[in-house]
Amino acid sequence: MTFIIKIKRCRGTESPAYRQSFSYDGGGNTSVAAVLKELNRRRPLLDTDGSPAPPIDWECGCFARKCGACAMRINGRPQLACSAFLSEMNDRTITLEPLGKFPVVSDLTVDRSCMFESLKQIRLWLEEDACGGERTHEERYQAARCLMCGCCLEICPNFSPEGNFAGAAAAVAAFRILDQTPYTEHWEEIAARYKKLYFEGCGKSLACHDICPAGLPVEELIVRSNAAAVWKK
Amino acid sequence: MSKTMIVIGAGLAGLSAALAAAAKGHRVKLVSPMPSERAQSVMAEGGINAALDTKGENDNPAEHFRDTVTAGAGLSDPGAVRELTEAAPAIVRRLLALGVQFNMDARNEPDLRNFGGQRKKRTAFARCDTGKQIMTALIDAVRRYEAAGLVERYSRHSFITLATDGPTCRGALIRDERTTQNIPLAGDAVIIAAGGMHGLFGNTTGSVGNTGEVTAELFRLGIPVANGEFIQYHPTTVNCPGRQMLISEAARGEGGRLFAMRDGKRWYFMEDKYPEAGNLMPRDIVSREVWEQNKYSRVYLDLTALPADVLRQKLSGTVDDCLTCLRLDPRREPIPVTPGIHYFMGGILVDRRHRTALKNLYAAGECCCQYHGANRLGGNSLLGAIHGGTVAAETAMEEAASDQPANDIPLTAPVHETPPHVLDELQRIMRSSLGVERDGTGLAAGLAEVKELPGNLPLLGRALLMSALAREESRGAHIRTDFPVRNDPEYCKLTVARFHGTEIEVCFESVPETREAL
Repeated sequence: MTFIIKIKRCRGTESPAYRQSFSYDGGGNTSVAAVLKELNRRRPLLDTDGSPAPPIDWECGCFARKCGACAMRINGRPQLACSAFLSEMNDRTITLEPLGKFPVVSDLTVDRSCMFESLKQIRLWLEEDACGGERTHEERYQAARCLMCGCCLEICPNFSPEGNFAGAAAAVAAFRILDQTPYTEHWEEIAARYKKLYFEGCGKSLACHDICPAGLPVEELIVRSNAAAVWKK
Repeated sequence: MSKTMIVIGAGLAGLSAALAAAAKGHRVKLVSPMPSERAQSVMAEGGINAALDTKGENDNPAEHFRDTVTAGAGLSDPGAVRELTEAAPAIVRRLLALGVQFNMDARNEPDLRNFGGQRKKRTAFARCDTGKQIMTALIDAVRRYEAAGLVERYSRHSFITLATDGPTCRGALIRDERTTQNIPLAGDAVIIAAGGMHGLFGNTTGSVGNTGEVTAELFRLGIPVANGEFIQYHPTTVNCPGRQMLISEAARGEGGRLFAMRDGKRWYFMEDKYPEAGNLMPRDIVSREVWEQNKYSRVYLDLTALPADVLRQKLSGTVDDCLTCLRLDPRREPIPVTPGIHYFMGGILVDRRHRTALKNLYAAGECCCQYHGANRLGGNSLLGAIHGGTVAAETAMEEAASDQPANDIPLTAPVHETPPHVLDELQRIMRSSLGVERDGTGLAAGLAEVKELPGNLPLLGRALLMSALAREESRGAHIRTDFPVRNDPEYCKLTVARFHGTEIEVCFESVPETREAL
């Protein structure tokens, strides 16, 4: 089966974006990540017009849904390229674009560093030995699976990298830390910052819940973070 | 006095080193091409070994030691393994305190599972993504020191070369991948934690981020690489487009069975041939058997008889991966498997304190040759990375010192990059020459081809091929069809490869025998 892979490209922050299409024969269990890998192995890489193209810049690590590096917009939907399969595509043309909320570095690679900064700002770490009972073990385990891929921020109507709303990834991490932190000054500080950097900015669209490529129970984790930090339950 | 550590690599070993140093008030510059969340360590699935003895099996570190050195087939440093296995229970307890969500048993103790090559339940785990769960907690712990200004992250930066002064390391030259600017970093110590040499082979179960380029550059600079021929093939992987998918050893630990088809019937060859441990023999043996059976039949891993709650509570990731990536439901049908490259026992030669041949330069994690000998036990890699990172940092804090200012590190370095088409060629040759089974003819042919390729990675590839060629015996993960027998008098030694600027020399050196030997 022949697919046309249409990629939004940009060679560096100062350069204008353009679209370039490549032809790919395959199907079934081939992921978009495997397609990109194969395209970059072509010597030379030619687009559908037969013009030579520079290698496609994209971030990848594990190819196994474990590292979150390869998040991008595939036919408009933010997801991981390693777990988007050709057999699932409705159309023979597949459009790949970088996540739109983050500054583009080049091609499909974006700068997600603001996500990591947010966790630092909310002071999400333990200062004492972890506490927290059996009752919430499942939720903590789920929260710790967060890939920091950015799909939840991409889909979020309230998030922009210039703003100070931290988004769902931070709320998920906040649950874990609050749940394991004894009631101390540090706990209070996290709760206060969480309220300001997450709670007050969230419009409760919960698009983050549906989009999460790791399938985290995002809604439940947010509800729990809110309950702890804001409603003090 | 506060020292400055440059840590190359932000996976588990790098984070462990950074944490050990920062907790003591030292400054850390943590360099990695991608954030820690993207490191290969997050891919580790099955668990971490520690003789916690919470299962009433009377386990202890001495037995963990014995299983580890037995699997290592004479090539692991017994003193280092002794320290590793003795430290293990406290490491797991500390991880619990750091907030790792291990599976817990009814008494609120870490649950333990069976793993290959170990007679007792010794592998603590968090379902099927232990590495990810541990990394999340360590990233949190290091974040605290980032906020305090002690740990400075250089994410999206890559290592170019070391700054050296004769036999002393005094820093590193790194490149900002975004601006392509070179940045000199001066420090009292450099700790290399850059991961295994997966990039020499491509399509392994590892991360594509583990290119092997850091090790290759160090090798070019004359730093010895040991036991390069000992490459762990994981017995149960699935060949997928673009990658080798891992089916965790936990699947067999929880009761999964391997079979081949013989005369139209299922033959559970591991159980027949190795009644003592069956499907849970060490990986070198299981891989060899699967490889052998694969010549005649497809080999399958059968999980269909496992109870639903085991699949849900202990193997959910494996089930999910099969459903998503293979369109196969392992609860209903067996998984076709084949051995795939998974881990490098060999790497940068280090001593028991994780010192390399260069003063002030240390290495930890999969990039170094320590603990695992000729074959690594499942569950010992996370342990080795955490412990090794800590030991490297402790040694560096004790003894490393540089009085050199930053401003005289050269800003440029000669380029030894491997062009993409050369890399394709190299990976093809390495895969075909260094299979589960190898022989002299194949290795010599591969070597002749790789010699013609330019760049650092082919140079390191040559060292691996020459090491495999020099070791004329079979031991652990190194199986020579032309020398099928283990030969202790001649080869119960480390294979050490050194580059002298023009030629690679391979020699055999004694394994340190006792704690006092170093």
